[in-house]
Amino acid sequence: MASSVTAIPQQAARRPNKSVYMVLGCTVFAAAAQVLMKFGANHAMPHMNPAEPSTWMPFAMALLGNYQLLLGYGVQSGNALLLILALRDGELSMLYPIIALTYVWVNLLSMYFFNEHMNIWKALGIALVIGGVALLGRASSRA
Amino acid sequence: MTKTPLSSILLVLLASLIGSFGAVFLKMGAAHLNRGFRHILNGQLGFGVVLFLGSSVPFVMGVRHGELSVLYPMVSLGYVWTLFWSKLFFDEPITKAKLGALAMILAGIICIGVGGR
Repeated sequence: MASSVTAIPQQAARRPNKSVYMVLGCTVFAAAAQVLMKFGANHAMPHMNPAEPSTWMPFAMALLGNYQLLLGYGVQSGNALLLILALRDGELSMLYPIIALTYVWVNLLSMYFFNEHMNIWKALGIALVIGGVALLGRASSRA
Repeated sequence: MTKTPLSSILLVLLASLIGSFGAVFLKMGAAHLNRGFRHILNGQLGFGVVLFLGSSVPFVMGVRHGELSVLYPMVSLGYVWTLFWSKLFFDEPITKAKLGALAMILAGIICIGVGGR
């Protein structure tokens, strides 16, 4: 029994710190925002001439109706907020490179949504980025 | 490489530099949150957000010409700058694990860039 009691705090200490998980969440948000913005950018928008006030309203209405673009910006704002909260604790030099995981999600999501293809270079790149982020996560548990 | 003009490379490098300073100010500003969430409106966080958003201007100007597979990985050099600023401003140690992880991530992003050609 005594040994199991001492084992619990050791286990907890070896887990990557909370900030790492928050930045991981950021990368998912960032990738979702990019995909949403890409969808939103495909919406046909009415022509807007800043010098012609009559064209402002239709453009503004179309912008408000472009829910994918709006949602993309909304998710991006949530991402910024989460990143700020994550940076409160933890080392910037440890947390910031984790954002690179966004590249991985965007590549995987692009295959699904935009029919982009996987190839050996992309697969190798994804494996290297995941390996690097895992290394940072392990290092943070010892920091 | 020959299809990517030097001006594009310099613009994208500038973007990565501005973005890395954005991260530094976000980190500085985030420290104020420990005094309560209402401190979210502080100058350093505001400046950090401005730099973050502002870095997209030279980036977009840069990627208009040249190859994305060359320019896109260059943005990730921002992680390298951030490593130095973290040492300089926050006295964070530069460890073997950080350098190794950074090397893997940079190599990975270059591979993804090559695969995207």
